[in-house]
Amino acid sequence: MKENNNVISRTTELESDNYKWGFDFKFNPDNAPIGLSEDIVKLISDKKNEPKWLLDWRLKSLKHWFKNQDNEPEWANIEFPKIDFQKIRYYSDPTSKSNPKSLDEVDPEMLAAFTKLGIPLEEQKKLSGVAVDAIMDSVSVATTYQKQLEDAGVIFCPISEAVHKYPELVQKYLGSVVPYSDNFYATLNSAVFTDGSFIYVPPGVRCPVELMTYFRINELDTGQFERTLIVADKGSYVSYLEGCTAPFRKNNQLHAAVVELVALEDAEIKYSTLQNWFPGDKNGEGGIYNFVTKRGKCQGKNSKISWTQVETGSAITWKYPSVILQGDNSVGEFYSVALVNNYQQADTGTKMIHIGKNTKSTIIAKGISAGKATNTYRGQVKVLPSAKNARNFTQCDSLLVGDQCGAHTIPYIEVKNPTAQLEHEATTSKVSDDQLFYTQQRGISLEDANYMIINGFCKGIFKELPFEFAIEASQLLRVSLEGTVG
Amino acid sequence: MSKTILEIKNLHASVEDTKILKGLSLTINIGEKHTIMGPNGSGKSTLANVLAGNPSYTMNSGEIIFMGQNLNEMEPDIRACAGLFLAFQYPVELPGVRMWQFLKSSLDSIREYNGEKPLSTREFDNVLNEYAEKVGISSDFIKRNVNEGFSGGEKKRNEILQLSLLNPKLAILDETDSGLDIDALKVVSKGIDSFSSDENAVLLVTHYQRILDYVKPDFVHVMMDGNIVTSGDKTLALELEEKGYDWLTTK
Repeated sequence: MKENNNVISRTTELESDNYKWGFDFKFNPDNAPIGLSEDIVKLISDKKNEPKWLLDWRLKSLKHWFKNQDNEPEWANIEFPKIDFQKIRYYSDPTSKSNPKSLDEVDPEMLAAFTKLGIPLEEQKKLSGVAVDAIMDSVSVATTYQKQLEDAGVIFCPISEAVHKYPELVQKYLGSVVPYSDNFYATLNSAVFTDGSFIYVPPGVRCPVELMTYFRINELDTGQFERTLIVADKGSYVSYLEGCTAPFRKNNQLHAAVVELVALEDAEIKYSTLQNWFPGDKNGEGGIYNFVTKRGKCQGKNSKISWTQVETGSAITWKYPSVILQGDNSVGEFYSVALVNNYQQADTGTKMIHIGKNTKSTIIAKGISAGKATNTYRGQVKVLPSAKNARNFTQCDSLLVGDQCGAHTIPYIEVKNPTAQLEHEATTSKVSDDQLFYTQQRGISLEDANYMIINGFCKGIFKELPFEFAIEASQLLRVSLEGTVG
Repeated sequence: MSKTILEIKNLHASVEDTKILKGLSLTINIGEKHTIMGPNGSGKSTLANVLAGNPSYTMNSGEIIFMGQNLNEMEPDIRACAGLFLAFQYPVELPGVRMWQFLKSSLDSIREYNGEKPLSTREFDNVLNEYAEKVGISSDFIKRNVNEGFSGGEKKRNEILQLSLLNPKLAILDETDSGLDIDALKVVSKGIDSFSSDENAVLLVTHYQRILDYVKPDFVHVMMDGNIVTSGDKTLALELEEKGYDWLTTK
């Protein structure tokens, strides 16, 4: 066993005292060379020992991406220098050659690293009631609660493992919600995706624990391209959480994930995100570009998909967790808090595509802007001719802290069935001086007053999160807000 | 026994660029109840806000000594912790912030400043329920968001509830009686009355004489054009009720 040489170092040049997860870990990773090519894709596929169909799919995606590489999406309200995709490393395996089969075989330094991140993986310390799949850079490190899940028949494992163990399921559903040709970043992801979680809940099963994936980008110049696929079979239920952090880095790092959810008849998927990638420093240097495609399909009748996200990190966030409401009576929900501070930019929202009869969607989006940041809600509600009696309720609230930030709300509404009923409400407000003074007059410090008021603004969203996550979200909000008043 | 709680000397203050207070002086001793009356625009509310440290008001010169400390150097929350309470003329709504959480944070913070341990949830609930009952506030009121959707009367009762709970050294009530029906006025007056003791002091800013039927002040001051023009006892208030303020300007 290697001596535990205190794996943590810290970059101090960047001014970002508020980000507590900025330390990095020193592993000796197995890195692919920097750059993107057929050879790299083959190398990734080879590292994972993948079947031919998957390699072919990757190569098809790569070809499509090269063909369209000058067509990066430009419609979002975000600004950043052009990304050189040949300067990114597409594969980094910090577990190196150890290839652990069970928790006992996981490198103790790796376990220590996750404990430091607040995600203990060891049996005796693991988070109670939450099964965790821990992913560092391109590789899944460990998954807890395997036994309980097995007893219930729930599959929760790294997608790289699922490809081997459950090839029919993966082949059937991979790309079925987000096709490889869907958009620029989804195509890139389809070519180079490294790891991510796979979940299958069998018919009639209510998953006994919360499932969680913790994503960590560690290695310098490395992009993370994870792929998550969740399938809830008839009448099943699953609640899934994801959390993310990354170290301080002067350069921007790309995170281009794809998440696909499939809910069959009477099934329900609840998907919660705490996104806390490194947001860059006070001067806008560094930070993660979070360009993510998340989409769920309510394929069966009476199915339900609910997205809850708390987005506080990343230099740029570009994501629109969406629901395709295909089954009759299916329900889609989107609850979001997006907070931007300093020079962060967020263009985020959702799409609700109503296809089935009596389909219902709810969108509640809360945007908070502070510092010099801009926050855009962009959402689409589309009712197709087949969607008789479709319903949508949309509420977008923006809160401004200070006078140098911006908030925008851009709803797209397209209705092709006259029986549809849509409601849209939008507000913009400021944390007022009166509110701050009133709270201060009751003995509460200015910073706490500000936090209390903003936390109140987010209350409706936090209550959608599993309890422990709600507390964490609230704490994250506090840390992200430090220094925004006074 | 005349321990001084508040001493204001030659206070000048303004809002934006308008001078409102022009050399006001006032001393309040422990156990005393003072009332400030005066016509609209005379500077009554400005005085209350300057004392509490509202950043929208600027203190230009003078001195305010509160419990031996120079108030001007203290943030509003520190003033509150040191025992200065302002019941607002227009209590502010805090959407999404639960009353319970707000009141608990407030009391915890003040106790911490004074070197006391925070109350446990149970202890706090007991104290809160007791005061809520006294002020005529139902317990489901505690589950609501701070002042959100409260009627005018409920907002004022809420201020009185906080006054009782936080038990300050000096309670400044900024037109807490305005806009109240007679029943609410009685509740509010009773609250002030039961708070008042020989260990604290009250500064009641009011436009009307009627609250003085319930809260008996030791001193009545009349403010006009940014200064106290005359002071007296309760009989002064009665005189004002009868004659209005005009006779004072020609005096």
